[in-house]
Amino acid sequence: MSAFAPRRLWALCRKESYQIVRDPSSILVAFILPVILLFVMGYAINLDADHMRIGLLVEDPGPAAVRLEQTLCASRYFEVHSGSSREALVTRMAHGEIRGIVIVRSDFTSKLKQGHGDAAVQVITDGGEPNTASFIAAYVQGAFDTWQRDLAVDQGLQSAPTLDLRLRTWFNPGNVSRNFLVPGSIAVVMTIIGALLTSLVVAREWERGTMEALLATPVTKAELLVSKVLPYYVLGMLALIICLGVSVFVMGIPFRGSLLALVGISTLFLGSALGMGLFLSTVLRSQFNAALAALTSAFLPALMLSGFVFEIDSMPKALQFLTRIIPARYFASSLQTLFQAGTIGASLWANALGLGLLMLFWLGLTALKTRRTLD
Amino acid sequence: MIPAPTDQDLTIEVHDLVKRFHAEGPAALDQVSTGVAHGSITGLVGPDGAGKTTLLRTMAGLLMPTSGTVRILGLDPFRQGNLLREKIGYMPQKFGLYEDLTVLENLDLYADLRNVTGEERRRSFEKMLAFTDLAPFTARFAGKLSGGMKQKLGLACSLLGSPQVLLLDEPGVGVDPISRRELWRMVRELAQGGMTVVWSTAYLDEAELCDDVRLMNHGRVMASGAPKTLLGLLEGRCLHVANLAGHRREVLRRALNAPEVMDGTIQGANVRLLLREAGRRPDLASLEAGPAATLVEVEPHLEDAFISLLGGGPGGDSALSKVMPRVELDPHTDPHAVIEARRLSKRFGDFTATDDVSFRVSKGEVFGLLGPNGAGKSTTFKMECGLLKPSEGQALVMGIDLKSSPSEARQRLGYMAQKFSLYAQLTVMKNLVFFSGIYGLEEERQRVKIQQMVEAFALEPFLDTLTGELPLGFKQRLALACAVMHEPQLIFLDEPTSGVDPVTRREFWTHINGLAQKGVTVMVTTHFMDEAEYCDRIGLIYRGRLIALGTPDELKQGVATPDRPNPTMEDAFIELVQGADR
Repeated sequence: MSAFAPRRLWALCRKESYQIVRDPSSILVAFILPVILLFVMGYAINLDADHMRIGLLVEDPGPAAVRLEQTLCASRYFEVHSGSSREALVTRMAHGEIRGIVIVRSDFTSKLKQGHGDAAVQVITDGGEPNTASFIAAYVQGAFDTWQRDLAVDQGLQSAPTLDLRLRTWFNPGNVSRNFLVPGSIAVVMTIIGALLTSLVVAREWERGTMEALLATPVTKAELLVSKVLPYYVLGMLALIICLGVSVFVMGIPFRGSLLALVGISTLFLGSALGMGLFLSTVLRSQFNAALAALTSAFLPALMLSGFVFEIDSMPKALQFLTRIIPARYFASSLQTLFQAGTIGASLWANALGLGLLMLFWLGLTALKTRRTLD
Repeated sequence: MIPAPTDQDLTIEVHDLVKRFHAEGPAALDQVSTGVAHGSITGLVGPDGAGKTTLLRTMAGLLMPTSGTVRILGLDPFRQGNLLREKIGYMPQKFGLYEDLTVLENLDLYADLRNVTGEERRRSFEKMLAFTDLAPFTARFAGKLSGGMKQKLGLACSLLGSPQVLLLDEPGVGVDPISRRELWRMVRELAQGGMTVVWSTAYLDEAELCDDVRLMNHGRVMASGAPKTLLGLLEGRCLHVANLAGHRREVLRRALNAPEVMDGTIQGANVRLLLREAGRRPDLASLEAGPAATLVEVEPHLEDAFISLLGGGPGGDSALSKVMPRVELDPHTDPHAVIEARRLSKRFGDFTATDDVSFRVSKGEVFGLLGPNGAGKSTTFKMECGLLKPSEGQALVMGIDLKSSPSEARQRLGYMAQKFSLYAQLTVMKNLVFFSGIYGLEEERQRVKIQQMVEAFALEPFLDTLTGELPLGFKQRLALACAVMHEPQLIFLDEPTSGVDPVTRREFWTHINGLAQKGVTVMVTTHFMDEAEYCDRIGLIYRGRLIALGTPDELKQGVATPDRPNPTMEDAFIELVQGADR
């Protein structure tokens, strides 16, 4: 094999860059798609519960019940629809118009006066949407607590709770889901660029017959491989800058970590994603098959198993184990750390180690599978 | 026959070369031993699947031999590729160009890859651009070049760095005859400068121009030698039946059934025969070619040599034609306009693919559409069989406008697509059942028809084979079978013989002739010039326009000059196309 020649590498990189710039789909994927995706993740998908529609049936006309009703209506978490009967509300819930029902029974006031009111307020939630259901349960509980405290104050009673629970949410004090969704979606964007775009590039050369012409020149395997990695690495980093700019300056998401750490961890991640894409492209030699494989083995896992939407700790053990070979998992977690918590050495190093190993694995495998022949 | 590859002058030496892609499958190259002389143009000739590309790729060091050796300039191209690559120029099929790069960017890339720099680079670019006439187009994207220009650019890229050996893989495919001739001129010039050229081709007429040829089939070299030497063996075996009266297709059929005749074709108004032995001529009276008919000795062609090596062509009777009923047109259908194009035009955006084309095809006529790639013949063809809607004008089949009642017309026509369009994952039998079913054949009629097709095309041994795994010749046979099962009154064949060996091509034309004799109207496209000779009339399409229409002899005579009293079909084609450009 002839020696590695920078001239040939440069020529190949230049060719690859021309192809990227002239292919509208690569520009779309690298620059337009990330922005769209960020906005979708940042604004359209919202895991916070605001204005949950609940039905309310108050069977008791007493002042205590009215007060509870007012507390619920005043809460910004609820959009309260009053109902006339239990049946009517159940029907509305079945139609999905409301997500939960709160029923204040007719014996509410009397039970309250007796001082031992069991099951005086009934809360029914729509288990079809478990997240919303648990939000409703929790928020009704909260509203109930508020009402109880207000009632005690009104009656001049000194409520002396045995336990005073003070909740603080650190790193994302507003508990705004956008703040962790956006960093996670950057990982998804980078996976698309790294794996999906590169899954096409080697296969394209095979399909168009240019690989055969390249292999008949003195080009070396290393030059060929590096020329496929470098331009897409640059493209990925450019997309990263755009994502970062949009998140911080347009969407107002705080970035607390160090840029250097971000660049470092992104490099490792892109290395592993590019390696995976190139591997698929090299082995499958067909753009269609490679893109499908990249979609199922890189993009979907990045979306579902990276912990970006679904928390890894709440997954079954086997799936948790599986997430360890998914580069996006380490990257999403690093990004969330860098955005929300700042540069936390221990966590980043662990993630960097995972990414580094995966990068070596995929690039190594690609190098192993890259042949200088057509066999 | 095979020269001992030990000569000092041999640039390429191949010994007992075997290449298998699958351990148990057939060998792509089977014990090939041959040599290529310094400064010669050597043609590797054969049908698809003969092993031409595999042999070239092995020479280029792109494939590892299963066994045997290859030496180029004394080096092993696979193990010593790093020493050899700069000395070999290789142009793969489809030319290996980046379509989204400009002409100059393609040249720059390959110059860098082949380590051509500085002053040498400047000089070689200058030379290449002048050589290929591409200088005015350096800023054009390679994807926007015509087939001929792509081919020249591909050649230029493979010539950078002044290689000593040039390997060209089917450079003539997808390129019109004019560009092919130009390429020949260029390659000839290179060979005169001492370059050794290996040129693979499926066109036997093209191979006749080589200094030396290797006729290949099924991974073997069947014959080697200069075209003259090979043709010398056929001295006295090629005859024309001239001045014949009566139908030439009938004469051909009778001639092919004569024991003295090995092969035969139609050549314009004449019938061309290849004899088994020189001197043993068929009885002219038995051919019933009329009182004035004479047998005239003519020059042999390489195709005759190939057919002779393969054991001769098929007989004159088409088994298919026997099972086809004689076509009886509806009384109100004009027998002179079974297929008709009335001022047909098709525009794609601002590009006019077909421009005001009119012609009529009579019952039982074989009508050929000829033209360079991209000239619009496929577009015209597709409008006539109802696959494309004309922008203007009418496409009629038996007087029915395809625009208004396409399904009524389609039931009466058969269509064989250029690309293999049967279900590769179904067995041969299942394809037959499916295609007869969609044309409405049922139960007993369907069973009988399928049996007839199986017998006519000798498909019996393959009935349970997956269609995708059939040899190319049988794929084409099956495709034809599927197109004629509903006994169409007219049939459209889009390049039915591209890539198959000459014997299978003969068989196809025997079927086509047989169908025509049953009154089936045939419209066919082809890029084989000799096949155009089979047609009763030819329409030549160029830049969307019908630039010539007539019998093959009329077209040939139209371009005859005192210097060239007997032009070939290719001469006529080139002359007419160039005339249209002027």
